[in-house]
Amino acid sequence: MIEVKNVSKWYSSFRVLDNCSLAIAKGEVVVICGPSGSGKSTLIKCINGLEPFTQGSIAVDGISVGDRSTNLPKLRARIGMVFQNFELFPHMTARQNIMLAQQKVLNRDNAAADRKAQELLDRIGLADHAGKYPAQLSGGQQQRVAIARALAMDPIAMLFDEPTSALDPEMITEVLDVMVRLALDGMTMAVVTHEMGFARKVAHRVVFMDQGTIVEDAPKEEFFGTPRSERAQQFLSKILQH
Amino acid sequence: MGAYNWNWPILLKEPYFGWIVSGFGNTCLIAVIAWAIAFPLGSAVGLARTTELPWLRLIGTAYVELFRNIPLLAQMFVWYYVVPELLPNDWSQWVKRDMPYPQFYTAVLCLGLYTASRVAEQVRSGIEAIPRGQRHAGLAMGLTPGQVYRYILLPVGYRTIIPPLTSDFLGVFKNSSLALTIGVLELTSQARQIEEYTFAAFEAFATATVLYCMVTGLVILIMRQVERRTRIAGTIALGAS
Repeated sequence: MIEVKNVSKWYSSFRVLDNCSLAIAKGEVVVICGPSGSGKSTLIKCINGLEPFTQGSIAVDGISVGDRSTNLPKLRARIGMVFQNFELFPHMTARQNIMLAQQKVLNRDNAAADRKAQELLDRIGLADHAGKYPAQLSGGQQQRVAIARALAMDPIAMLFDEPTSALDPEMITEVLDVMVRLALDGMTMAVVTHEMGFARKVAHRVVFMDQGTIVEDAPKEEFFGTPRSERAQQFLSKILQH
Repeated sequence: MGAYNWNWPILLKEPYFGWIVSGFGNTCLIAVIAWAIAFPLGSAVGLARTTELPWLRLIGTAYVELFRNIPLLAQMFVWYYVVPELLPNDWSQWVKRDMPYPQFYTAVLCLGLYTASRVAEQVRSGIEAIPRGQRHAGLAMGLTPGQVYRYILLPVGYRTIIPPLTSDFLGVFKNSSLALTIGVLELTSQARQIEEYTFAAFEAFATATVLYCMVTGLVILIMRQVERRTRIAGTIALGAS
C-alpha cells in the first residue's frame, strides 16, 4: 500500500534522509523508532507529501506522491495523519474539527458529517465533549479528537508522528488504547513512536532509523529479540532500561 | 498673556457651524473609504507574503517596503502633483481637468494605499504566529492551500490582530488630517479656516480635538466588543477585559 523507494532528502548540504526504502502492506502496522534527529518524522511526512524529497519515489496505493501531476489534496484526503502537537483547529469545537474536511473535501452534507463526527466521538469516549473547544480539552482528549478527525475521512492508511510524546504519562495510555484498537481493526498504520509497549503489542514490523538511514527493518519478534545492528541494540537497551 | 476672549457661541453661527459639520463629514468619509481600500488590499498583500510562491512573496514585500518607507506627507504630494504628470496623455488630461473632487480622491487613494502596507504587516504577522503544524494538519486532511487559508489561517490570524488593526483604523482616521496639505477641507483644515476668520483658535481646535476623540473612542468601544465576541472559548485574552 505504501512504497518508499530509495528516498533521499537534503537541506542544502545536510542529508536528512539517506536512501530510505520501506514497504508497508495493507493492514500492516509498522513502528518507526530511532534517536531524535534521525529523520523519522521527515520520512513519515514525505509519505503524504508534506515534506518534499530530493531523490527516489514514494507511492501510496499506486499513486506517486512526488509526481508533479498528482493531485496531492485528493491523495492526502485518503491518508489520515496525527501530529505530535495534536494540531486541532483552535477556533472550532471538537465536532467542527471532525466535520471540516468531511464537508470541504469529501463534500458530505451537514447531516452526514455530523453523524460521522458523533459516531467517532462515541467511539473514542468523548461524546459529551463534542461542543468543547480544543483549549477546553486535556492533551489526551485533544489527541483522541485528532485521531477521530483523521478517521472521519475513511482513510486507507494512518500516519502517526510521535502521537504521545507531548502528553503526560497518564494521558499516553488513553491515546494508545485508541491506537491499539485501530490496529486490531486492521488499519494500515505507520507510527513514529518510542512507545515500545505499543510496538510489542500490535506492530508487525519495527523500523529503526539513525542519521537519516534505515538501519534495521525487522519483524517485531526479531527486532526485540535479537536486533542485528549494534546501533539498534544500544538504542533499545537505553530506552528499555527504566 | 492677556485675558483670552472666549467665544464659544461663534462656532454655532453660520458659516462656521457648517464648516465644522462638512469638515467632520469629509474626515469620516476619507477614513472610511481609505479603510475600505486598505483592509482588503492589505490583507491580500500580507497573505501573499505568507504563501510558498516566491514571486508572490516578492510582490508583497516590494509593496510593503515601498509604501511604508516613504513619509505619508511626501506620498500625498507625489500622488497629487507628480503622478498625474506621469500618466498617459488622455488620463492625465482627465485627472487634471475633468475628475470630480481631485483632492478628495487623491487623498483617499494615498491614505488607502499607505494604510494597506500597515494592514499587510499585521495580517502577515497574524498568520505567521500560527504554528506551522496547523497548515500541515489542514493540508494532511486534503484541504487545498486556499482552503487552509480560508478556514484555518485567516480566521485564527485575524482574531489575533484585532488590537493592532484597531490602531491602524484609528491611524487612518487621524492621518486623514494630512489631506489638508493638498487642499481637502476636512476637519483640521476647517478648524484652521475658522481660526483665520474669527481668531477663535482655542474654540475651533478644541472642537476638532473633541470630535476626533469621540470617533476614536467609539471605534475602540466597538472593537472591544468585536474582540470579546470573537474570542475563542478556553483561551485568555487579557486585553479585552
